Amino acid sequence: MNQINLAAANENQAKSTWKFLLSELKPKGKIFTPFNIISFPIMITGLVLIVIRFWKGLGAVTNLSQEVPWGLWIGFDVVTGVAFAGGAYVLTFMVYILNMKKYHSIIRVTVLNGFLAYVFYAGALLLDLGRPWNVINPIIGNNFGTSSVLFLVAWHFLLYMIAQFIEFSPAVAEWLGAKRIRKILSAMTLGAVIFGITLSILHQSGLGALYMMAREKIHPLWYSEFIPILFFVSSIFAGLSMVIFEGSISYKVFFGQISEKNRHAHHEIIHGLSRVCAGTMFAYLFLHLLIFLHGRHWGLINTPMGYWYLLEMFGFVLLPMLLFFYGYRVKSGLWIRIAAILTMLGVILNRLNVTVIGFRWDMPVRYIPTWMEVCVTLAVIFTEIWIFRWVIRRMPVLRDPPAWAKSH
Amino acid sequence: MGLDRRNFLKTMGVAGAALAVGKPSQAAGNKGKYTEFYGILYDSVKCIGCQNCEVACTETYGFPEITDTPLVGTERHTSETRRTILNVQETSRGEVYTREQCMHCNEPACAAACLTQAMYKTEEGPVIWRGDKCMGCRYCMVSCPFDVPKFEYHSSNPKIEKCTMCYERIMEGGIPACVESCGFDALLFGTRRELLTEARKRICAEPTKYSDHIFGEKEAGGTGLLMLTPLRPQELGYRTNIGNESYPALTKGFLFAVPSVFVLIPPLLLGIHEATKNKGSKQEEEEV
Ligand code: SF4
Ligand code: SF4
Repeated sequence: MNQINLAAANENQAKSTWKFLLSELKPKGKIFTPFNIISFPIMITGLVLIVIRFWKGLGAVTNLSQEVPWGLWIGFDVVTGVAFAGGAYVLTFMVYILNMKKYHSIIRVTVLNGFLAYVFYAGALLLDLGRPWNVINPIIGNNFGTSSVLFLVAWHFLLYMIAQFIEFSPAVAEWLGAKRIRKILSAMTLGAVIFGITLSILHQSGLGALYMMAREKIHPLWYSEFIPILFFVSSIFAGLSMVIFEGSISYKVFFGQISEKNRHAHHEIIHGLSRVCAGTMFAYLFLHLLIFLHGRHWGLINTPMGYWYLLEMFGFVLLPMLLFFYGYRVKSGLWIRIAAILTMLGVILNRLNVTVIGFRWDMPVRYIPTWMEVCVTLAVIFTEIWIFRWVIRRMPVLRDPPAWAKSH
Repeated sequence: MGLDRRNFLKTMGVAGAALAVGKPSQAAGNKGKYTEFYGILYDSVKCIGCQNCEVACTETYGFPEITDTPLVGTERHTSETRRTILNVQETSRGEVYTREQCMHCNEPACAAACLTQAMYKTEEGPVIWRGDKCMGCRYCMVSCPFDVPKFEYHSSNPKIEKCTMCYERIMEGGIPACVESCGFDALLFGTRRELLTEARKRICAEPTKYSDHIFGEKEAGGTGLLMLTPLRPQELGYRTNIGNESYPALTKGFLFAVPSVFVLIPPLLLGIHEATKNKGSKQEEEEV
């Protein structure tokens, strides 16, 4: 008797879960927003281009050449995208390791952002592979190229995605109303955080170490044996600037989702982060100065590439650093946001200078990405934003978790 | 907290497994029983530019026929359908031929870069490419200081093309097709040591004809392809800015640091976490 009831109840529950999932698939919110109208055609075109790319080969859509085998997709999508995703490890460090409770309200959205960034930008690596079906070789252990930095980076991407998913998973459990699972998952958070931070330190710098063997190919102002350290340090303020930037947009777009208390905290958080940014940027500039003096590159300064280097250093590191300081002093959200945007531009510039602009800078015919490469890149970014929005509207990310989850 | 710590230990186990990631491998051919690397000696003093070697290579590997010839003032390059190429320059010693192909480095950057060991330094010396392992990431191309590996950009099943020193022929007891085709002693096949001895002999016998520099003896940690030239290699456009250090050494520092980061950072993080845990009730000042 009892058992039959139980079975029926189970069945009912299963049915309602399905109904719930199906209903959640439907779009929430307006369909014809300017963002949708712009992004949708680009995503469709990107999809078509990806099909062409796998069908006709990389040469059909990219401007890559024998001399420049890595272009926009690696230099921007992977190397730059992952730097921006660094906010997640920095923030988990601040919240879970340093126990700065103040930043707790944005931890979920940042981890979600980081996770999606890894899925999409590290996933963009797959688009660039000529023989993607062999990608399982280094994963299942057919062949471990353990002396390869790329091997290390690829593995760390994979493991870090898992760690980030565990960090985020309590939100998924709350969305589905799975109480028991949520408890287990949240107990795993600290382990995932510690593992994730360690992985991040290594692969953020590893992305720089990828280019170590291209010593003669990268402009000497950007090549030094310290690229890994520079990449690591800059990923801290790159990630935090992204958090500030993305947080400010979410604040506007998803205003209704954010509780009164957290709206208030938003300003405090941005304020605190600006100080961290300014501090790390100072260290970063100092490192650059040391490396510059050590490399004795004075002669290169008075060349076009030299001016370009100075622009990056002064216009996009020093200036935003001062703005962060200033914004912190006068408690101005506006200046902090401007600084964050400048910093992000600076990080894009820096990563591209190492990977694309300064790579083979001496070639007569320079690599310039095709419109198709740009389109696929945009499509990847837009798809990420779409999924991000889908999740935010459904799971307790910006919203406060349901009451039952708060009990402990 | 107990649960957290147990999970942490579990994570450490995973971290331990990932430690293996950071172990740089030795130059593959050097361990175990000592075998000498094979190599090829190219003597551009003897080379008359007949292109027999180019033709032999394209015929062996079924590449399209070669229709252009080396001309002064033009530069030809290896490509996805050409593994070896000659160029000619007008110099103070008259017309001099130069060669472009894989150098078969003793410690190849391409093989160190390859995450699937598709680029592989065999025990015999040739650096080969194995299609069943390669995932087409082109990191080998980024890393090779001589820009040797070429990629088929217009194929849905692209291959990496580069000279393999005719590895299959060598394993069957033969010699590389280009060497076999050369009737002027400009190409020689043998162990690296034999070739270096022969090269020195040639320099000693006719010191006025040869530059006293065997290109490849020390470059990039030593290469399997050795070149004799009438002028100093840099005057002929050979890449001499690469230095004598092996390329994989450039990433060794980073890779060696990986295990220590894995051992040191997690306990440190856990320690800080424990130390700051109870501060939670107080309004903490941010210290970064
Ligand atoms: S020349 Fe380039 S492709 Fe050839 S073995 Fe050396 S690193 Fe590899
Ligand atoms: S393209 Fe192939 S051979 Fe070259 S590094 Fe990648 S997997 Fe290795």
